Amino acid sequence: MVHLTPEEKSEVTDLWSKVNVEDVGGEALGRLMVVYPWTRRFFGHFGDLSSADAIMHNPKVKAHGKKVLSAFSDGLQHLDHLKETFAKLSELHCDKLHVDPENFRLLGNVLVVVLAHHFGKDFTPHVQSSYQKVVSGVANALAHKYH
Amino acid sequence: MALHAADRALVRALWRKLGSNVGVYATEALERTFLSFPSTKTYFPHLDLSPGSTQVKAHGQKVADALTLAVEHLDDLPGALSALSDLHAHELRVDPAHFKLLGHCLVVTLARHFPGDFSPAMQASLDKFLSHVISALSSKYR
Repeated sequence: MVHLTPEEKSEVTDLWSKVNVEDVGGEALGRLMVVYPWTRRFFGHFGDLSSADAIMHNPKVKAHGKKVLSAFSDGLQHLDHLKETFAKLSELHCDKLHVDPENFRLLGNVLVVVLAHHFGKDFTPHVQSSYQKVVSGVANALAHKYH
Repeated sequence: MALHAADRALVRALWRKLGSNVGVYATEALERTFLSFPSTKTYFPHLDLSPGSTQVKAHGQKVADALTLAVEHLDDLPGALSALSDLHAHELRVDPAHFKLLGHCLVVTLARHFPGDFSPAMQASLDKFLSHVISALSSKYR
Protein backbone atom coordinates (compact mmCIF):
# COMPACT_ATOMS: atom_id res chain seq x y z
CA MET A 1 0.00 0.00 0.00
CA VAL A 2 1.26 3.46 -0.88
CA HIS A 3 0.23 6.51 1.09
CA LEU A 4 -0.38 9.33 -1.36
CA THR A 5 -2.41 12.43 -0.64
CA PRO A 6 -5.21 13.19 -3.14
CA GLU A 7 -2.94 15.91 -4.55
CA GLU A 8 -0.08 13.45 -5.01
CA LYS A 9 -2.42 10.92 -6.65
CA SER A 10 -3.54 13.50 -9.21
CA GLU A 11 0.05 14.52 -9.89
CA VAL A 12 0.87 10.90 -10.63
CA THR A 13 -2.14 10.24 -12.85
CA ASP A 14 -1.92 13.60 -14.65
CA LEU A 15 1.66 12.95 -15.70
CA TRP A 16 0.97 9.31 -16.51
CA SER A 17 -1.85 10.28 -18.89
CA LYS A 18 0.84 11.81 -21.10
CA VAL A 19 3.13 8.76 -21.01
CA ASN A 20 3.52 6.60 -24.13
CA VAL A 21 3.78 3.24 -22.36
CA GLU A 22 5.53 1.57 -25.29
CA ASP A 23 8.21 4.26 -25.67
CA VAL A 24 8.84 4.86 -21.99
CA GLY A 25 8.81 1.11 -21.24
CA GLY A 26 11.40 0.34 -23.89
CA GLU A 27 13.49 3.32 -22.83
CA ALA A 28 13.44 2.37 -19.15
CA LEU A 29 14.24 -1.31 -19.70
CA GLY A 30 16.95 -0.42 -22.23
CA ARG A 31 18.59 2.12 -19.95
CA LEU A 32 18.46 -0.38 -17.06
CA MET A 33 20.51 -2.80 -19.14
CA VAL A 34 22.96 -0.12 -20.30
CA VAL A 35 23.54 1.50 -16.91
CA TYR A 36 23.51 -1.77 -14.90
CA PRO A 37 24.89 -4.35 -17.35
CA TRP A 38 24.49 -7.28 -14.94
CA THR A 39 20.71 -6.97 -15.39
CA ARG A 40 21.20 -8.44 -18.87
CA ARG A 41 21.51 -11.81 -17.13
CA PHE A 42 17.75 -12.28 -17.41
CA PHE A 43 17.58 -11.58 -21.11
CA GLY A 44 20.07 -13.93 -22.76
CA HIS A 45 17.36 -14.95 -25.23
CA PHE A 46 16.82 -11.38 -26.47
CA GLY A 47 19.60 -11.47 -29.06
CA ASP A 48 22.10 -8.66 -29.43
CA LEU A 49 22.63 -6.79 -26.15
CA SER A 50 26.31 -6.09 -26.77
CA SER A 51 26.21 -2.28 -26.85
CA ALA A 52 24.03 0.65 -25.81
CA ASP A 53 22.87 1.09 -29.42
CA ALA A 54 22.09 -2.61 -29.84
CA ILE A 55 20.09 -2.63 -26.61
CA MET A 56 18.12 0.56 -27.25
CA HIS A 57 17.15 -0.63 -30.78
CA ASN A 58 16.48 -4.25 -29.85
CA PRO A 59 12.82 -5.04 -30.68
CA LYS A 60 12.56 -7.65 -27.90
CA VAL A 61 13.73 -5.08 -25.35
CA LYS A 62 11.09 -2.64 -26.58
CA ALA A 63 8.36 -5.28 -26.51
CA HIS A 64 9.28 -6.43 -23.04
CA GLY A 65 9.58 -2.87 -21.80
CA LYS A 66 6.03 -2.28 -23.01
CA LYS A 67 4.84 -5.40 -21.13
CA VAL A 68 6.55 -4.33 -17.92
CA LEU A 69 5.27 -0.77 -18.08
CA SER A 70 1.72 -1.91 -18.88
CA ALA A 71 1.77 -3.93 -15.66
CA PHE A 72 3.08 -0.85 -13.82
CA SER A 73 0.28 1.18 -15.42
CA ASP A 74 -2.28 -1.28 -14.02
CA GLY A 75 -0.71 -0.84 -10.62
CA LEU A 76 -1.36 2.90 -10.81
CA GLN A 77 -5.10 2.12 -10.88
CA HIS A 78 -4.76 0.18 -7.62
CA LEU A 79 -2.43 2.20 -5.45
CA ASP A 80 -4.37 1.15 -2.35
CA HIS A 81 -4.02 -2.57 -3.15
CA LEU A 82 -0.58 -3.00 -4.70
CA LYS A 83 0.29 -6.25 -2.89
CA GLU A 84 -2.88 -7.94 -4.12
CA THR A 85 -2.56 -6.47 -7.60
CA PHE A 86 1.00 -7.76 -8.04
CA ALA A 87 0.64 -11.06 -6.10
CA LYS A 88 0.68 -13.31 -9.18
CA LEU A 89 3.53 -11.39 -10.81
CA SER A 90 5.45 -11.59 -7.54
CA GLU A 91 5.12 -15.37 -7.48
CA LEU A 92 6.17 -15.56 -11.13
CA HIS A 93 9.29 -13.44 -10.59
CA CYS A 94 10.29 -15.54 -7.58
CA ASP A 95 9.40 -19.08 -8.61
CA LYS A 96 9.88 -19.08 -12.38
CA LEU A 97 12.03 -16.09 -13.30
CA HIS A 98 14.31 -16.04 -10.19
CA VAL A 99 14.75 -12.27 -10.30
CA ASP A 100 16.49 -10.62 -7.34
CA PRO A 101 14.02 -7.97 -6.03
CA GLU A 102 16.85 -5.45 -5.97
CA ASN A 103 16.27 -5.25 -9.73
CA PHE A 104 12.75 -3.86 -9.14
CA ARG A 105 14.27 -0.99 -7.18
CA LEU A 106 16.86 -0.35 -9.87
CA LEU A 107 14.20 -0.32 -12.60
CA GLY A 108 11.95 1.94 -10.52
CA ASN A 109 14.74 4.52 -10.21
CA VAL A 110 15.60 4.26 -13.91
CA LEU A 111 11.91 4.88 -14.68
CA VAL A 112 12.04 8.04 -12.52
CA VAL A 113 15.11 9.24 -14.48
CA VAL A 114 13.35 8.50 -17.82
CA LEU A 115 10.29 10.49 -16.69
CA ALA A 116 12.56 13.42 -15.73
CA HIS A 117 14.25 13.15 -19.13
CA HIS A 118 10.91 13.17 -21.00
CA PHE A 119 8.95 15.67 -19.00
CA GLY A 120 11.63 18.20 -18.04
CA LYS A 121 10.16 21.05 -16.05
CA ASP A 122 6.89 19.16 -15.46
CA PHE A 123 8.87 16.61 -13.44
CA THR A 124 9.10 18.91 -10.45
CA PRO A 125 10.66 17.83 -7.15
CA HIS A 126 7.11 17.32 -5.84
CA VAL A 127 6.08 15.10 -8.75
CA GLN A 128 9.32 13.13 -8.34
CA SER A 129 8.58 12.60 -4.66
CA SER A 130 5.13 11.16 -5.52
CA TYR A 131 6.65 8.85 -8.11
CA GLN A 132 9.40 7.69 -5.72
CA LYS A 133 6.61 6.54 -3.37
CA VAL A 134 4.88 4.70 -6.21
CA VAL A 135 7.98 2.91 -7.55
CA SER A 136 8.96 1.92 -4.02
CA GLY A 137 5.43 0.57 -3.39
CA VAL A 138 5.43 -1.41 -6.63
CA ALA A 139 8.92 -2.84 -5.91
CA ASN A 140 7.81 -3.92 -2.43
CA ALA A 141 4.59 -5.45 -3.80
CA LEU A 142 6.56 -7.40 -6.40
CA ALA A 143 8.89 -8.70 -3.69
CA HIS A 144 6.07 -9.51 -1.28
CA LYS A 145 5.50 -13.18 -2.25
CA TYR A 146 9.17 -14.12 -2.29
CA HIS A 147 10.17 -17.06 -0.12
CA MET B 1 33.70 -0.97 -12.18
CA ALA B 2 36.62 1.22 -13.20
CA LEU B 3 36.06 4.57 -14.87
CA HIS B 4 37.09 3.99 -18.46
CA ALA B 5 38.41 6.68 -20.76
CA ALA B 6 35.01 6.99 -22.45
CA ASP B 7 33.28 7.53 -19.08
CA ARG B 8 35.79 10.23 -18.11
CA ALA B 9 35.36 12.00 -21.45
CA LEU B 10 31.56 12.04 -21.12
CA VAL B 11 31.60 13.30 -17.53
CA ARG B 12 34.16 16.03 -18.33
CA ALA B 13 32.11 17.12 -21.37
CA LEU B 14 28.95 17.34 -19.27
CA TRP B 15 30.75 19.32 -16.58
CA ARG B 16 32.02 21.80 -19.18
CA LYS B 17 28.40 22.31 -20.22
CA LEU B 18 27.29 22.90 -16.63
CA GLY B 19 29.90 25.67 -16.44
CA SER B 20 29.40 27.93 -13.46
CA ASN B 21 25.91 26.55 -12.77
CA VAL B 22 26.91 23.36 -10.97
CA GLY B 23 25.68 24.96 -7.74
CA VAL B 24 22.19 25.51 -9.18
CA TYR B 25 21.85 21.84 -10.13
CA ALA B 26 23.38 20.54 -6.90
CA THR B 27 20.90 22.70 -4.96
CA GLU B 28 17.99 21.29 -6.95
CA ALA B 29 19.32 17.77 -6.35
CA LEU B 30 19.40 18.48 -2.60
CA GLU B 31 15.82 19.80 -2.70
CA ARG B 32 14.70 16.67 -4.56
CA THR B 33 16.52 14.48 -2.05
CA PHE B 34 14.89 16.13 0.98
CA LEU B 35 11.44 15.88 -0.61
CA SER B 36 11.66 12.31 -1.92
CA PHE B 37 13.70 10.84 0.94
CA PRO B 38 12.67 12.64 4.13
CA SER B 39 15.06 10.64 6.34
CA THR B 40 17.91 12.62 4.75
CA LYS B 41 16.59 15.75 6.47
CA THR B 42 17.60 14.33 9.84
CA TYR B 43 21.17 15.41 9.11
CA PHE B 44 20.17 19.05 8.69
CA PRO B 45 18.12 20.07 11.73
CA HIS B 46 20.21 23.23 11.90
CA LEU B 47 19.22 24.39 8.41
CA ASP B 48 16.11 25.99 7.02
CA LEU B 49 15.06 23.40 4.43
CA SER B 50 12.05 25.26 3.02
CA PRO B 51 11.92 25.71 -0.80
CA GLY B 52 14.27 28.47 -1.97
CA SER B 53 16.22 28.49 1.29
CA THR B 54 19.52 30.39 1.01
CA GLN B 55 21.05 27.90 3.45
CA VAL B 56 20.21 25.00 1.12
CA LYS B 57 21.66 27.02 -1.78
CA ALA B 58 24.86 27.53 0.17
CA HIS B 59 25.05 23.84 0.93
CA GLY B 60 24.32 23.04 -2.71
CA GLN B 61 27.32 25.16 -3.69
CA LYS B 62 29.53 23.21 -1.26
CA VAL B 63 28.37 19.93 -2.79
CA ALA B 64 28.92 21.39 -6.28
CA ASP B 65 32.46 22.44 -5.44
CA ALA B 66 33.25 18.96 -4.14
CA LEU B 67 31.84 17.33 -7.29
CA THR B 68 33.83 19.70 -9.51
CA LEU B 69 36.95 18.83 -7.52
CA ALA B 70 36.13 15.16 -8.15
CA VAL B 71 35.74 15.75 -11.91
CA GLU B 72 39.15 17.48 -11.93
CA HIS B 73 40.77 14.50 -10.16
CA LEU B 74 39.20 11.48 -11.83
CA ASP B 75 42.55 9.70 -11.62
CA ASP B 76 42.72 9.96 -7.87
CA LEU B 77 39.28 10.26 -6.32
CA PRO B 78 40.23 8.72 -2.95
CA GLY B 79 43.09 11.19 -2.62
CA ALA B 80 41.09 14.22 -3.72
CA LEU B 81 38.13 13.38 -1.46
CA SER B 82 40.14 12.12 1.52
CA ALA B 83 39.48 15.16 3.73
CA LEU B 84 35.77 15.10 2.89
CA SER B 85 35.65 11.41 3.70
CA ASP B 86 37.21 12.11 7.11
CA LEU B 87 34.64 14.85 7.70
CA HIS B 88 31.62 12.68 6.76
CA ALA B 89 32.94 9.66 8.66
CA HIS B 90 34.11 11.17 11.91
CA GLU B 91 32.24 14.44 12.37
CA LEU B 92 29.05 14.35 10.34
CA ARG B 93 28.62 10.58 10.58
CA VAL B 94 26.16 10.43 7.69
CA ASP B 95 25.00 6.89 6.98
CA PRO B 96 26.70 6.15 3.64
CA ALA B 97 23.47 4.63 2.25
CA HIS B 98 22.21 8.21 1.91
CA PHE B 99 24.91 9.20 -0.57
CA LYS B 100 23.19 7.00 -3.18
CA LEU B 101 19.95 8.93 -2.70
CA LEU B 102 21.60 12.29 -3.43
CA GLY B 103 23.45 10.66 -6.35
CA HIS B 104 20.13 9.46 -7.81
CA CYS B 105 18.54 12.90 -7.42
CA LEU B 106 21.54 14.49 -9.12
CA VAL B 107 21.06 12.14 -12.09
CA VAL B 108 17.33 13.04 -12.16
CA THR B 109 18.16 16.78 -12.05
CA LEU B 110 20.65 16.56 -14.92
CA ALA B 111 18.28 14.39 -17.01
CA ARG B 112 15.58 17.02 -16.49
CA HIS B 113 17.81 19.97 -17.48
CA PHE B 114 19.97 18.43 -20.21
CA PRO B 115 17.70 16.04 -22.15
CA GLY B 116 19.73 16.38 -25.35
CA ASP B 117 22.91 15.31 -23.59
CA PHE B 118 21.40 12.50 -21.59
CA SER B 119 22.01 9.44 -23.75
CA PRO B 120 21.99 5.99 -22.10
CA ALA B 121 25.80 6.00 -22.33
CA MET B 122 25.97 9.38 -20.56
CA GLN B 123 23.60 8.13 -17.86
CA ALA B 124 25.81 5.06 -17.36
CA SER B 125 29.02 7.12 -17.13
CA LEU B 126 27.47 9.62 -14.74
CA ASP B 127 26.13 6.81 -12.56
CA LYS B 128 29.57 5.16 -12.50
CA PHE B 129 31.29 8.47 -11.69
CA LEU B 130 28.92 9.12 -8.79
CA SER B 131 29.38 5.62 -7.42
CA HIS B 132 33.15 6.20 -7.45
CA VAL B 133 32.66 9.50 -5.60
CA ILE B 134 30.44 7.72 -3.06
CA SER B 135 33.00 4.98 -2.63
CA ALA B 136 35.77 7.55 -2.05
CA LEU B 137 33.54 9.45 0.41
CA SER B 138 32.84 6.25 2.35
CA SER B 139 36.46 5.08 2.36
CA LYS B 140 37.39 6.40 5.81
CA TYR B 141 34.30 5.17 7.62
CA ARG B 142 35.91 2.12 9.20
